[in-house]
Amino acid sequence: MKKFGATSVLEDISFEAADGEFCVLLGPSGCGKTTLLRIIAGLESANGGTVHIDEQRVDLLPPRDRDVAFVFQNYALYPHMTVAENLGFSLRLRGAPQKEIKERIAEIARLLELGSQLDRKPQQLSGGQRQRVALGRAIVRQPKLFLFDEPLSNLDATLRSNMRVELARLHARLRATMVYVTHDQAEAMTLGEKIIVLNRGQIQQIGTPAETYHRPGNLFVAGFVGQPQMNFIQGRVIDGSVLVAKSGMNLDLTRILLDDRLKVSPIDFTIGIRPEDLRPCSRSEAWFSGIADFVEDLGSDCFVHVMANGEKLIARAAGRTPIRRGDEVFLHSEPERVHIFHGDKRVE
Amino acid sequence: MKKLAFAGAVLWIGAFTLLPFLWFLLTSWKSAGEITAIPPVIWPSFRWNNYRAAIVEYGLLHYIVNSAVVATATTVISIFVASLASFALARFRLQWARYYLMLLLALSMFPQIAIAGPVWRLLSFVGWLNSYHGIVAAYIAFALPFAVWVLTTFFEELPYDIEEAALIDGCTRWQALRLIVFPLAAPGIFTAAILVFIQAWNEFFFALIILTYPALQTLPVGIALFPGEYTMPWGEIAAASTVATVPLIALTLMFQRRIVQGLSAGAVKG
Repeated sequence: MKKFGATSVLEDISFEAADGEFCVLLGPSGCGKTTLLRIIAGLESANGGTVHIDEQRVDLLPPRDRDVAFVFQNYALYPHMTVAENLGFSLRLRGAPQKEIKERIAEIARLLELGSQLDRKPQQLSGGQRQRVALGRAIVRQPKLFLFDEPLSNLDATLRSNMRVELARLHARLRATMVYVTHDQAEAMTLGEKIIVLNRGQIQQIGTPAETYHRPGNLFVAGFVGQPQMNFIQGRVIDGSVLVAKSGMNLDLTRILLDDRLKVSPIDFTIGIRPEDLRPCSRSEAWFSGIADFVEDLGSDCFVHVMANGEKLIARAAGRTPIRRGDEVFLHSEPERVHIFHGDKRVE
Repeated sequence: MKKLAFAGAVLWIGAFTLLPFLWFLLTSWKSAGEITAIPPVIWPSFRWNNYRAAIVEYGLLHYIVNSAVVATATTVISIFVASLASFALARFRLQWARYYLMLLLALSMFPQIAIAGPVWRLLSFVGWLNSYHGIVAAYIAFALPFAVWVLTTFFEELPYDIEEAALIDGCTRWQALRLIVFPLAAPGIFTAAILVFIQAWNEFFFALIILTYPALQTLPVGIALFPGEYTMPWGEIAAASTVATVPLIALTLMFQRRIVQGLSAGAVKG
C-alpha cells in the first residue's frame, strides 16, 4: 500500500516475478506503476506491506543493499563521468579490483556496441547510445533484479522498436529477472512473459500476453490492451436471444452466441469484439449493418469506422479496401471471438 | 548601424563603470605633485613610490593577510554549511521549506545598521570583539541566508534521477553527495563562494566597529584609516585600493570557466 498524503495511489498489490522472468507492469499514466517500481527499488517507502527478493525481506533496506539495478526513463547518466566511468561506477563503489572493472566494462561495451564511445561524456552521445549506456550500467553489476521505468519512451519510433528487440534478446541471453514498467501495450506484448495490468493503483489482471489479449478479465483490460480499442456494445439481453443496446440497436444473438453465457434474462451485459475480429461480409451473413464513417488506410490493412444504428464500430478490412466513406457496410465475426462482460467482469 | 550603436553602448557602459577604477589606477602611479596639480594631470609618470610607501609605511601587506584570513574563513564555513542546508531544502519534501526560504530572503534584506548595535553587544558579551572569529561569525550570519538561497535554487535544478541512480548503484547518501551532487553543483557552489568572498573582502562597516586593534583590521578599514590628522595620502590610498582589487579580479577570472560551465547539460533526455 502506498499513500501520498490522503490519496492512496497503490492498494492491495500483490504479485510475484519468477526467477528469470520478464514481468511487465502495464497501465495508463498515473496508475501507480512507477511508484510500485520505486518501492521495489527502495527509492520510495510503502505505507504498508512487504517486498521480498529471493526470499529475503528487503523493504527496510536502503536501495544499495537490495542488489537491484534500475534503468530510468531519463537515463540518469552521470554527466561528469565518461561512458567507461559511468559503467564502472558501481563496481568501483564495491571496491572491485581495477583489472576486473576494466574487463567487465570491455565486455559490456562489446555486448552493447559501445566500444568506440567509452571515453566520451554522456552529452556527446545520441539518445540511443545513452539508452545503451544506462542499460550497460545496470547489466555490469549482475544484480538479482532489473527494474525498468519506461526506458524506451524518450526514443523515436524506429529506435524504440530496435531497442525493444535488443532488450528481448538481452533477456534471453542473461535470463535475469526483470520488472518493466510501460504504458505502451505493444512493448508489454512483445517483451513480457507475464503482464500485470494496473489501473488506479489496483491490479486488474495478471497473465501471459496471450491471456490478457484473448481473455481480458474485465472491461478495463479489454479496453486498454489492443489497438485500436475493442468495440463495446452495452445493452440488456431479453430472453437470451436479443440484445437491446443503449443506443437502441437490436442485435439478434442467435447467430452470435452458440453457448448459454447469456441465458439469464433480462440482464445488463457488454459485448466486446476486437476490430481485427470484425470483418466486412455479405448482407446475408451480417451481424451488423451500417454506414462507413471514415476509412483509415494503414497500407497492410484498413480500419473502417462504421456507424451502425447509433453504435460506433471499428472493423478491420484488407488493405486497399474498396469501401469508401458513405458506403453501406455489413460486418460479422466468429462466436468464439465475442467477449461478454457482466458489470465489469468477464463472463466465461 | 545597429551594430555600431550596440558597440557604442557597450563602450559607454564599460567606460562609465571602469572610469573611477581607472582614475585610481592612474593616480597610484602619480607623484604627489601630479596628484594635486591644477589643471589635473591625466597621464602619470609611472612611479612605484606610492606602492612602496603603502606597503612599508602603512603596513598594507598585513591588512591583506587579515582580509584573506577573514574572507576565506567566512567563505569556506558558510559555503559548507549552506551546501548541506540547501541540499536538504531542495531535496527532502519539507512542507515548510518554501516559508523557510522566504524567511531567509527577508533576513538577508535587513539593513546592517539596524543590527549593528545588537551584534556588537552580543560579540562584546562573549568576548569576541577584536578577534578573527568574532568578525567571521558576524560575516557568516550575513552570508549564510544569501548562500542558502542561491544554492537552493541551484540544487533544485539538478535532476533527482541522477542521485537516485547513484543510490541504487551502491552509494550511501554521503557518497552520493560527494561523488555526484557536489561535482555537478560545482558551478553553483563556485558562484555562491565567489560572491560571499567578495562581500566579506569588501565589507567595511562591521569590520570598523568590531575590529579596533590595528593588528586585526582588514583592508577596507585599514585603507580608510590611512589619512592622518594633517595628511591625505591620496597616492598611497590609490595604490592600496588597486592592490585590494587584484585578488578579486584574479579569482573571478580563474573561476569564470567553472561558473559558466553548464555541467548538467545533456545529463537527462536527448
